[in-house]
Amino acid sequence: MMNLLTLRETSSDQIHYLLDTALSFVEIINRPVKKVPNLRGRVMVTLFYENSTRTRTSFEVAAKIMSAEAINVAIAQSSVSKGESLKDTLRTIQALKADCIVIRHSSSGTAQFAADHLQIPVINAGDGRHEHPTQGLLDMLTIQKHKGDLRGLKVAVVGDVAHSRVARSNIWGLTKMGASVTLVGPSTLMPHDVSELPVTLSTSLKQGLEGADVVNVLRLQTERQERGLLPSLREYSKLYGINSRTLRYAKPDALVLHPGPMNRGVEITADVADGLNGIHSAIEEQVSHGIAVRMAALYMLMSVPSSSVAQQMGDRI
Amino acid sequence: MEREDNTTGLAVMEQDDIRRALTRIAHEIVERNHGIENLAIIGILTRGKPLADRIAKTLHSIEDRMPSCGALDIGLYRDDFTSNPVDRPAPHPTDIAFNINDKDIVLVDDVLYTGRTVRAAITALLDLGRPASIQLAVLLDRGHRELPIRPDYVGKNLPTSLDEHVKVSLMEVDGIDQAVILRPDGSR
Amino acid sequence: MRTVLKNGRVVDPSQALDQIADILIEDGRIAAILSPNSEQADAEIIDISNRVVTPGLVDIHVHLREPGFEYKEDIESGSRAAAAGGFTRVCCMPNTNPAIDSASVVGHILSRSAQVGYSRVHPIGAATRAMEGDQLTEMAELQEAGVVAISDDAFPLQNSETVRRCMEYCAMLGLPLLTHNEDKQLTHKGSMNEGGVSTMLGLPGMPRVSEDIAVARNILLSELTGCHLHLLHISTAGTVDLLRKAKAKGLNVTGEACQHHWALTDKACLNYNTDAKMNPPLRTQEDCDAVIEGLKDGTIDCIVTDHAPHAEYEKEVEFDAAPFGILGLETSFSVAYTTLVLTGHINFSQMVMLMSTKPAALLNLPDGAGTLKVGSVADIAVFDLNESWTVDRKAVQSKSHNTPFHGMKLQGKTCFTMLNGRKVEVN
Repeated sequence: MMNLLTLRETSSDQIHYLLDTALSFVEIINRPVKKVPNLRGRVMVTLFYENSTRTRTSFEVAAKIMSAEAINVAIAQSSVSKGESLKDTLRTIQALKADCIVIRHSSSGTAQFAADHLQIPVINAGDGRHEHPTQGLLDMLTIQKHKGDLRGLKVAVVGDVAHSRVARSNIWGLTKMGASVTLVGPSTLMPHDVSELPVTLSTSLKQGLEGADVVNVLRLQTERQERGLLPSLREYSKLYGINSRTLRYAKPDALVLHPGPMNRGVEITADVADGLNGIHSAIEEQVSHGIAVRMAALYMLMSVPSSSVAQQMGDRI
Repeated sequence: MEREDNTTGLAVMEQDDIRRALTRIAHEIVERNHGIENLAIIGILTRGKPLADRIAKTLHSIEDRMPSCGALDIGLYRDDFTSNPVDRPAPHPTDIAFNINDKDIVLVDDVLYTGRTVRAAITALLDLGRPASIQLAVLLDRGHRELPIRPDYVGKNLPTSLDEHVKVSLMEVDGIDQAVILRPDGSR
Repeated sequence: MRTVLKNGRVVDPSQALDQIADILIEDGRIAAILSPNSEQADAEIIDISNRVVTPGLVDIHVHLREPGFEYKEDIESGSRAAAAGGFTRVCCMPNTNPAIDSASVVGHILSRSAQVGYSRVHPIGAATRAMEGDQLTEMAELQEAGVVAISDDAFPLQNSETVRRCMEYCAMLGLPLLTHNEDKQLTHKGSMNEGGVSTMLGLPGMPRVSEDIAVARNILLSELTGCHLHLLHISTAGTVDLLRKAKAKGLNVTGEACQHHWALTDKACLNYNTDAKMNPPLRTQEDCDAVIEGLKDGTIDCIVTDHAPHAEYEKEVEFDAAPFGILGLETSFSVAYTTLVLTGHINFSQMVMLMSTKPAALLNLPDGAGTLKVGSVADIAVFDLNESWTVDRKAVQSKSHNTPFHGMKLQGKTCFTMLNGRKVEVN
């Protein structure tokens, strides 16, 4: 494994390995002194073309726990068109002897683009509405911790599925591990054609949540309303909001996830988010699991200096 | 790691030998530390862990109390990252559910060789806290140290040559208790 | 000056010809078609045994990029690419800079192409000034200067009122209007076909209905105005269906299809290959099948390339940011032969009809284009139908390299073309 670009292209064996490794790293995160030396002297560069505090911070924490240097290159979206091309930026960072690039970009396919033009490992930290593999992995790690085996579980992904990279990574990751995925949301926020995806669709929250072991609530970008995809946030909340009442459509012990940041009162109510009244919410846990899966990804891709990885992996990919 | 083909194994410890050696080590530990009140036994993963558990059990029968017991993963402290992690099994988590500060720690491993594993284990342990002392117990010492490290408790000293390989199998991991010495050329 | 193309298989659908024959060329014109191995004194003999000879291919939809974007392509490289692909005539679209919206730009293109002499170039005039979609161009003057049609290609007219005025004016002058059919509201920010593949790749989609709606509107306006409407680069089953119905109704509507719209599907965009990004986008197999059916039953009148070069650095970007458009001139003949003729969809004569005779007739191209009839200008193409080759994006005459057919094995290759009875030297 040379890059982590998508869960679609990651084998179930590799997913197992990443999850097992991440699980073993949870212990390190919980230590008073969170430091292991295995990536000492390696440099991870985060290249973010989109604002993201939590994902970037999570990668930085992961790198620093393993003693790697974490360098952030933040590029304002507005200056992209005038500035140097993505290819030139990427090659510059490589020439600066980074050992790994973590990239976030608003255009789908950008991580693949980076991998095509670089010899060092690339980790996709979210490309457009395509994939966000480490988010998919941390969701799976969280579900696994609460439910044991992923096989046979029913996961409902609720909300703005059409524009969600989290949804796509969930779909590929979970189904490869034997879970089934149902997408729930209004038809204007659903993909028009899911013939290439292993999912079922429902525009009814009640039907979609029926029998669900896990409810993964997606963030609703408020600008969707402005673009005319929704009549109002109020109506969205009424039809698709997850609250203690609508959660009863799912199994009684259903686990609630949310990739954050949450719009409390829109897609999720406070009591569900905070896990009050016997509701199983794992939203905060997801954040610390995020560090563990990113450590696992960095461990897999950065343990060996990139030049010798390329040599070794030559016959494996 | 093990080349099972083209190698011959010569058993150097059988089940009973191992049991006796561990019992002796347990007695030595008690003697040296004047009891086990402040003691913690920590096995280095993978095969140090069952050995540590067995020593702890013996200590329990001798002193009628159970010492603190843990497992230490040193995968992230190794200095020989030449192969990609995907070629190895996923790391095991360190499992030390107690505060190691001011404890007398006995590190346990199966074979002592160059000393690099123990070096990594000491570093890993010190990242978790500040023990009062660290002692080292090994089932086999095969020599050829590359670092200034010496064991406090040894099950058996085993002179070897550099091209030989020593393999310890334990019931908990391998389904059999045995230590064998493997030679690459099939001689003897 | 007399030249004989000796012993080739002459395929000319304009006179229902498909036989081994000699072609005698005198003073740049076809003088006679004779039985093979005829004895001709004082003539240069070009032996083309085992080759086929056809009227020079005609592509009524190319982008030569000159003036304004010579770093992508210019008239010299573009017409050389045309000759390498068997084309003796191309019609160039007006989205240059400045646009082809004045007689002076038309004059420049005509004189430049005559000067380089690889293939004839007929300019197509812009429908509106600077292609901004507002004010009509001076079409009468453009016609006088030499444009053969009017088009909004690359900047599809959104305002139905403007389209109506444009058609009325074109009808008055007898100029065909070539429309790029796209409702831009529906394709907003889209970069590939909307479907299962775009969902998987997370790329904003361009629904097929965006083309169908514009086609339906344009057909209705053609019916209203009587203008000859020609539908550019048909890519959907819906458009084929609408065109078939319009023709059945006797309307003055024609249409064209590009090689990529039947030979490739949107799956070519997997891996975010920007060389597979064009507008209209690659669609689904169902659409490809409909386009092939349209070519077979005559609904679609001709094959074009929509040759649209872009510099390497423009395409080596994020998929969203890459410009639309791909090369076509140097693969069109071979792709058509491999995917339409060898598969048995159409015969070779029909293919020549679609790539030469029909397009020449659609735009009333002068001097006997698209035929080998005696007395016509000797614009000729010679092909080897047995040669297999593999497309190499680096090995092209074009200045650019953006072809989605890279690596594809094709059969049938251009040997050479002739203009005015003179062999065109490409290399």
